[in-house]
Amino acid sequence: MNWESWIVSGFLATLGLTTVAVGSQGLHLTRMNVPYLLGTIMTPKRERAHLYGFLAHLVNGWAFSFFYIYIFEVRHIANWWFGLLIGVAHTLVVLTVVMALLPTVHPRMATERKGPTARRQLEPPGFMALNYGYRTPLSIFVAHMVFGAILGSLYHLR
Amino acid sequence: MFASIGDYGVVGDCRSAALVSKSGCIDWLCWPRFDSPSVFAALLDRERGGYWKLAPRGSSSINREYVKESNVLQTTFRTASGAVVLTDLMPVQDTTQSLMVPDHEIVRQLTCKSGEVEFETELVPRTHYGESKPQVWNRGKLGIRFDNDHGVYWLRSSMPTRIQDGSVFGTTTLKAGESIAFSLSYTENAPAVLPPLDEVPQRIETCIKWWQSWSAQARYEGEFRDEVLRSALALKLMIFAPSGAIIAAPTTSLPERIGGDLNWDYRYCWLRDASLTIRALIELGFWAEATGFLDWMLHATRLSQPELRILYTVYGNPAPKERESKVLRGYRESRPVRIGNAARDQLQLDVYGEVIDAAAQYAFHGGNLDREMQKALIGFGNYVAEHWNLPDEGIWEPRTGRRDHTHSRLLCWTALDRLVSLSEQGKIGRVPIEKYKKQAEAICRQIQDRAWNDKIQSYVSDLDGDQVDSSLLLLSWFGFEKADSVKMRSTYRRLRERLSTKDGLLYRSEQLPPEGTFAICSFWEAEYLALGGGSTQQTRDLIGTLTKYRNDVGLYGEEIDGETGQALGNFPQAFTHVGYIGAALSLEQREKGEQQLAHRAESATSEGPNPKQAA
Repeated sequence: MNWESWIVSGFLATLGLTTVAVGSQGLHLTRMNVPYLLGTIMTPKRERAHLYGFLAHLVNGWAFSFFYIYIFEVRHIANWWFGLLIGVAHTLVVLTVVMALLPTVHPRMATERKGPTARRQLEPPGFMALNYGYRTPLSIFVAHMVFGAILGSLYHLR
Repeated sequence: MFASIGDYGVVGDCRSAALVSKSGCIDWLCWPRFDSPSVFAALLDRERGGYWKLAPRGSSSINREYVKESNVLQTTFRTASGAVVLTDLMPVQDTTQSLMVPDHEIVRQLTCKSGEVEFETELVPRTHYGESKPQVWNRGKLGIRFDNDHGVYWLRSSMPTRIQDGSVFGTTTLKAGESIAFSLSYTENAPAVLPPLDEVPQRIETCIKWWQSWSAQARYEGEFRDEVLRSALALKLMIFAPSGAIIAAPTTSLPERIGGDLNWDYRYCWLRDASLTIRALIELGFWAEATGFLDWMLHATRLSQPELRILYTVYGNPAPKERESKVLRGYRESRPVRIGNAARDQLQLDVYGEVIDAAAQYAFHGGNLDREMQKALIGFGNYVAEHWNLPDEGIWEPRTGRRDHTHSRLLCWTALDRLVSLSEQGKIGRVPIEKYKKQAEAICRQIQDRAWNDKIQSYVSDLDGDQVDSSLLLLSWFGFEKADSVKMRSTYRRLRERLSTKDGLLYRSEQLPPEGTFAICSFWEAEYLALGGGSTQQTRDLIGTLTKYRNDVGLYGEEIDGETGQALGNFPQAFTHVGYIGAALSLEQREKGEQQLAHRAESATSEGPNPKQAA
């Protein structure tokens, strides 16, 4: 494993993903605000949630890039289309499994079964995060494909 | 059937506002900000606009008021079987707490006070000025949701409801002591915050306390205190907290003449209103709002400086191009419904004087003008020194071409006079004093020579003209001519003769098409009397008369029908409320023998800003 290359490519890929995610919200393709979603796991305070969430998002990006790179090394392939392919698979897991589990693991997210409570007030994402806008799955796909493609094209195999 | 314009109360959160009719119907709401597309616009079309009704079934007597010193509206319905109180508010975002709360929310609570009352709700959303009928989804315990292009609305209530044809309906019965709460929220961020309904009573209390704490800053203790405070609260609702901008009114196209086409979009910020507004805010003690407004004026206008536009959006962008709604048919068939405002392309030279005079008042009361502000003000001064002789559209914004308006000349003179005063007081540096003095004298001579008409013994609206308009009363307000001078007294008599109704209200002009009397003009008259044009008793009587034209919760529109006394035009109107505050302040200052209108050097005070909490 090329650690130096992982740190650099993981950071740049995360920046790419963040740019697509923020851009999608700015262009009204989705309402999903990933930093706020992550930050409210740690605090109910709005401004702090944005900051904490942004930092958590960067760390997450790096962490997940490790798994991508592990696959690159195992398959001994690292190029943009292979990264993109892993991104597609990653997105399918995020949309179907992670989004379904989110109301259970997020301490401030309401569930459809119980409704909002004093502690759990955030709107759950619903199937494929469609509650956050019907084009949300598309923007998540694009963001993760960009993430994988950048990682695949910048990472140097050992 | 349309409610009277004056039948509306307003609730808001200093970002947007909703108009609530006496019958408990929200007929106007734009989210996320004042000039966003509407979700409820029944105000302009009962069938196509969308609304949210919450009221007892059958007939009832209605009484309503704001909770003391707040913008929380309470409507009491008394039916044959009992009484219920409907509380309406938009929770203000307290920036000191910033916990999880919806970005934008209307909270409504019904409490049965006696007996048993059956009531119903109808929520009919029609987004984008009635152009879109969103699909409404029942999401079980999360609530009912519907979307527009950019965001999501959530309706939450413990009341059983049903969805039918894109609308929400419900009926239930409340017994004495029972309450039911509703929350309608909007966000363009996900995840949205869905507030639990059991916290509503506590949130209402928090909101009331926030407003009361804000109101407690008001320093005015004169005989019209309640009315002045209500006007200040109405004005605060129209201050866009994130930028400090002040909009003219939260509505568009409420007609100045029923059935006519004098229907304009007022959901933008006119620089014209700057001077009187800053005076009202500062002298009431609302320094945070005054500072925010001045900052907004001098920084938000940077892209066009040294030229100024007539109006801006709350973030300082040009107002959108005017278009006519193809869907909304207008208040009582008053067409067209306009979105955007074509006055944005007009030349109105008076705005320079307004902005500079506002800054002068701020500085003479002890506020600090930083280097960037000084540079901007001198840029405006240079522009005025070079362009004051141009014809323009003028204060009343007619769409009939440019003329040489006396009022525009007066404000050009004001601009240069105030800059000279600021420089002489050491409040601003690098002012080309001699150039400004020379140009100010030239404007002064022109007004005296060509704006005075010997034949009618009056100042006149246009140079070399023979007609009058109410803006001539401001010759005294801006310090050009003393209120008790022979010329001003004669001008005042001519204005009364030509523009006054039998009840003492003033039309703004002889030239414009028939419309209501212009409420601010009557307050200018009160100020003129207070400044020496009349006695304190005359001023008090006039303010007292004008007080009767407020609606039941103390709000004014832009105009007052000269025959029926009904409100006309966009509602509520910030400028009219500024006028009320100004007139009451001038009266109080005269009675106490205090210096009036501290916007010239000789009336400068040493008092400084006292930062206060703002929304």
